[in-house]
Amino acid sequence: MAGGTGGGETIMATREFAAHEAHAHAAPQGFIRKWVFSLDHKVIGLQYYFLALTAVLVGMFLSLLMRIHLIWPNITLPLLGDIKPETYLTLVTMHGTIMVFFVLTTAPQGGFGNYFLPIQIGAADMAFPVLNMLSFWVTALAFIVMLGAFFVTGGAPLHGWTGYPPLSAVPTAGPGEGPGADMWVISIALFCIGALMSALNFITTTLDMRAKGMSMMRMPLTCWAWFITAILGLLAFGVLFSAGILLLLDRNAGTSFYVPLTVFSGQIVAHKGGSPLLWQHLFWFFGHPEVYIAILPAMGLCSQLVSVFSRKPIFGYKAMVYAMLSIGLLGFMVWGHHMFMSGMSPYSAFAFSIMTMAIGVPSAIKTFNWLGTLWGGRIRLASPMLFAIGFVSLFVSGGISGPFLAQPTLDIPLHDTAFVTGHFHLIMGVASIFGIFAATYYWFPKMFGRMMNESLARWHFWLTFVGTYCIFMPMHYAGMAGQPRRYSQFTELHYLEKLIPLNTFITFAAFVTISAQLIFIFNLFWSMKAGKKASDNPWEATTLEWTTATPPPHDNFGGHTPVVYNGPYEYGVPGAPRDYVMQTDPTTVAAH
Amino acid sequence: MASYTPTVSIDNPRTSTGGNGALPPDWGSAGDNFGSHFFDTRLRRARLGLVVGLTGIAMIFISFTSAYVVRQGLPTLDPRTNALLHDWFPVPLPRLLLLNTLVLLISSITMELARRQAARKACAQFSSMPGVSVDAKSEMSWLALTVVLGLSFLTGQWMAWRELAANGFYVASSPSSSFVYLLTGMHGIHLFGGVVALLSAGFASLLRRSADSQSILVDVTGWYWHFMALLWVYILCLLEFVH
Amino acid sequence: MGLVLLVVIWLITFISSYFFIAKTWWLPIGASAAAAGIDHHFATTYLVMGIVFVAAQVSLGYFAWKYRERPSAPPARYLHGNNMLEIVWTVLTAILFIGLNLMSSSIWASERFRSAEPGATQVEVTGMQFQWYFRYPGRDGKFGATRPELIDASAGGESALGLDATDPASKDDVVTGTMVVPVNREVELILRAQDVIHSFFIPNMRFKQDAVPGLAIHMHFTPITIGDWEVTCAELCGLGHYKMHGMLKVVSQEEFDKWLAAREAEKQ
Repeated sequence: MAGGTGGGETIMATREFAAHEAHAHAAPQGFIRKWVFSLDHKVIGLQYYFLALTAVLVGMFLSLLMRIHLIWPNITLPLLGDIKPETYLTLVTMHGTIMVFFVLTTAPQGGFGNYFLPIQIGAADMAFPVLNMLSFWVTALAFIVMLGAFFVTGGAPLHGWTGYPPLSAVPTAGPGEGPGADMWVISIALFCIGALMSALNFITTTLDMRAKGMSMMRMPLTCWAWFITAILGLLAFGVLFSAGILLLLDRNAGTSFYVPLTVFSGQIVAHKGGSPLLWQHLFWFFGHPEVYIAILPAMGLCSQLVSVFSRKPIFGYKAMVYAMLSIGLLGFMVWGHHMFMSGMSPYSAFAFSIMTMAIGVPSAIKTFNWLGTLWGGRIRLASPMLFAIGFVSLFVSGGISGPFLAQPTLDIPLHDTAFVTGHFHLIMGVASIFGIFAATYYWFPKMFGRMMNESLARWHFWLTFVGTYCIFMPMHYAGMAGQPRRYSQFTELHYLEKLIPLNTFITFAAFVTISAQLIFIFNLFWSMKAGKKASDNPWEATTLEWTTATPPPHDNFGGHTPVVYNGPYEYGVPGAPRDYVMQTDPTTVAAH
Repeated sequence: MASYTPTVSIDNPRTSTGGNGALPPDWGSAGDNFGSHFFDTRLRRARLGLVVGLTGIAMIFISFTSAYVVRQGLPTLDPRTNALLHDWFPVPLPRLLLLNTLVLLISSITMELARRQAARKACAQFSSMPGVSVDAKSEMSWLALTVVLGLSFLTGQWMAWRELAANGFYVASSPSSSFVYLLTGMHGIHLFGGVVALLSAGFASLLRRSADSQSILVDVTGWYWHFMALLWVYILCLLEFVH
Repeated sequence: MGLVLLVVIWLITFISSYFFIAKTWWLPIGASAAAAGIDHHFATTYLVMGIVFVAAQVSLGYFAWKYRERPSAPPARYLHGNNMLEIVWTVLTAILFIGLNLMSSSIWASERFRSAEPGATQVEVTGMQFQWYFRYPGRDGKFGATRPELIDASAGGESALGLDATDPASKDDVVTGTMVVPVNREVELILRAQDVIHSFFIPNMRFKQDAVPGLAIHMHFTPITIGDWEVTCAELCGLGHYKMHGMLKVVSQEEFDKWLAAREAEKQ
C-alpha cells in the first residue's frame, strides 16, 4: 500500500499517520507477529477460542472424575489412583473455576466477540489492538497459573469456585488451601485484569468505530450483547479483583478482612474481627453480573440465528435491546439472592428477592420474542439453528427453576442442594455452551472458508441435547429430596441412599454426553482441512461479516469502507428480489 | 413496512457518532488535511478509552471503600464473653501525608502544563510554515518535572509507611492500619503506572514515536494523572474523616 | 428434522413433568410447623411455573415443526414485532413473578422477622470441622462462658466448645452430640461456628441456616412430629463436609425433661 501523495499539503504528520496506518493495517510478517503476538482481532479471537477449547477439555475431564467418584467412591483409577474426599472437592473447585472463567467468560466474548464485533460494525480492527493482544496473553497466563495450582505442595484448593473464607483464607483449613489457594487467587486476579482490558476495548470500539450508517439501533443483537457484556465486565471485575486482594492479604499478610478469631482442631488461628460475609457480598456483587456475562452473548447470537434461519426479522428488536439493558442493570441489584441463608439481614433478603423476580421479566420477554420470530417463519434447520433452538429450550428449563430459588421461603429447603447445581448448569453452563457450539457451526465457514460436516453436527446436537437434559434435569429431583451440594459421596446419610440410582443414571448420561463431544472436536479440526469449501455467504445472512471475503482479509473489508443502509434483520422483505437484504444494500431500503 | 425502492439515494441515514468510521480512505486519493482529522479521531478514541478504563479502576476503589465502611461498623463476637464488641480504632495518620498531598497536587498542575505543551508540539506539525517553528529546546520540560514530582510523592508515601511502622502500625496490626496500607498501596501502584506512561512518552523520540502519538499519550496520561490526584484526596479524606 | 425436534422437545418436557407430578423424588416429610406453609407454596410455584414450562417448550417444538421450510410453505411473515403484545406479556409476567414472591413473603416474615417466643427451648448449636455440638443452658437458663484457649477438639463435648468451668453459669450446661427437643414447643437455636462457615440443615424441619464464625445467629422452628430426623451440613466446610451429620430427636416433653435431668446428673 503506497502512502498518499496526492495534491494538497504533504505534511509530515499526514505521512506519519499514513505510515502508522499502513503499519497497523498491513498484514504482519513472520510467525511470531502473525500468530503469537498478533494485533489482528481475528487472530486474537481464535487464540481466545482455542484457549477456551483447551479449558473445556480440562473442565470436562474433571467433571467426569467427579461423576465416577460419586457412584464408585472406592474405585482405584488407572494412573490417578484413589480419589479421596479432599481430591473430590479439588475437582469440584477447579471444574467450576475453569469452566466459569476460562470457558464461559472467554469463548463467547473474547473468542467470537473479538473476531466478529469489529466486522459486524464495519471497523477494521478493535480500538486498541496492542491492548487486545495483551488482554489475551494476560488471560492465558492466568490459565497457566490456575493449572499450576495442581502441581504445588498440597495441590489445588478445595474451597469451591466461590472460595468462601475462612475456608479459603486459612491455610490449615484443609488440604490444598496452602500455596494452591494462593495460585488460585492470583490466577483470578490476573484474569480480572485481562477482562478489564478487554472490556475497555469492546466498549470503545462499539461506541467509536461504527461505520457510516451503522447507528446503535442498526447493530446486530450480537453486537449489543457483546457491548452490554463488556459494560457488565467493566463494572464487575474490579470488585472481584478487590475481593481477591483482600483475600491474598488475609492469607499472607496476617490481616483480618474476612477472618474472625477461629480455632482449627484446637489451634487458635491468629486473626480477629473479620467478616466472612464481606467476601460473600463482594464476590456475589461480581458473581451475579458474571452469570449474565456468561449468557448474554449466547442470547445475542440466538436472536441472530432464529432470525437468519427463520428468514424473518427478529420479533421486537427494540424490546430485545431494552431487555438486555434491563438484565444488565438489574443484574447488579440481585446479588443477595445467593446469600439468603448466610446470616444476612432477612429484610434485605426480601428486597433482593423482589429484584430477582423482576429480572425474570426481561428474560421472559426475550423468550417470547424468540418464539415470536419462529412463528410464521420459513425455518431452515441447519446445525446452527438446531443449537439455537436447543438454547431456547435449555434457557427456558434453566430459567423456570429460578423463581423457586428466588423466593427465600423456598430457598430454605433448596439452597446448597443439587437443585441449585441443576439450575445453574442448565441455564448458564449448557445454554451458554450451546451458544458457543451454535456460533462455531455458524461462523466456521467465514473463519476457515469451509463448512463443518452437517451429519456429524446433527449427531453432536442430538446426543448433547438429550444427554445434558439427562444429566441436569434429575439433579432438580435430587435437590428437592435434600441432596446437598459438594458432597463427595452419599454413603453417610441415611436419607440419601435412595438417591443413588438417580445419581448413577446421571453419571452414565455424563459418560455418553462427554463422549459425544469427541464428534465435535473431530468435526472442528477435520473440517478445517477437508470440509466442503464455503461461499462468502453460505447462510444467506444480511450482516456485515457476510459481505467480506472468506476468510476476511487483514483489514476486514479489503480497503473499502462499508456504508450501512438497512437494519440487520431484513429477511422476507416483500417485493425484494431475494428473501434477504444485506445491510449494505442501497437498492432496497427498508423503513427501519 | 418496507417498500422496494429502486433508488440509490439514502433517506436519512443514521450515522454513527463515530463519524465516518475508522478506516483510512482508499489509498491514492487526493490528500486533504486529513492528518489533523485523524489525529482528532485518535485522540477522541484514546480519551474515550481512558474514561472507560477509569470507570473500571474506580470500581476497584469503590469496593475497597465499601469494605472499609462495612468493617468499621462491624461488631465482632468476642468468643470469651459471647458479646459483640467494636474493634475499630483509627490509626493516627502521619503529617507527612499532607506534604505528599501538596506535592501531588502541584504535580497535577505541572502535568496539565505538560499536556498542553505536548499538544502544542503536535499541532505545530500540522501547521508548520516556512520560517516559523516551535523551538522545543527553550521550553522547560514540564513532563520531566511531573515525573520528578510523581516519584517524590511515591517516595514520600514510602516514608510515611516507615513512620507508621516505627509507631507500631503494620499491615496486620489492626483493621484500621490494614486499610491505610491497602488504600495507599493500591493508589501508589496505580500512580506508578502513570509515571511509567510518562517516562514512555518522554522517551518518545527513542522509541520512534511521532509527536502526535506522543501528545496523545501525554494527553491521556494527563487526565489519568488528574484522576489519581483526586483519588488520593478522596482516600485521604476517607481515612481521616470517615471513622 | 422438524418433526424429530418437536417429538424430542415434547418428550423431554412430558417425561420431566411426569416425575415432578408423580413426586417420584420429592421433599421429605415435613415435621415442623412451618413445613405445611412452605410445601403449600412450593406446590403453588410448581403449578404456575410448570404451566409456563410446558407452554413454552410445547410452543417451541410446535413452531419448529409447523413453520419449517418446504416448497409448499408460505413465505415468512415480514413483521418486526408488536408493541401491544410486548406490553401485555411483560405486564402479565411481572404480575405473575412478583405476585408469587409476595405470596410467600408472610412465611418468610414469620420465620425470620421475629425472634423466638419466650419459653422456647434454647439450644446453642456449634459447628466445627466435622461435627455438630449442642449445648443446653440448664436450669439457670444461661449459657456459660467459652474460651478459645480451652478448646480441645479431641476430648469432645464440653472441651470441644472450650467451656470455662470457672464460670458459675457453666455448671449446669449440658453438651451433647445429638440434639433432643420436646415436640410442639418452639426451639430457639443460637448458631455458631468455630472454624469455617457451616450450615445447619434439617430437611424434615424445612430448616436451614448458615453458622458463621464471628457471629451468633438466632433462629427458631417448632417441631410437631415425634421422631428421629437427620441433620446435615449444607455449606462446604472442608474434606469432611459429606460426613458432617447429626441427629435431631424430637420427643415428648416428659421424655425431654427426663433426658435433660439424666444428662445434668451425669455432670455431678
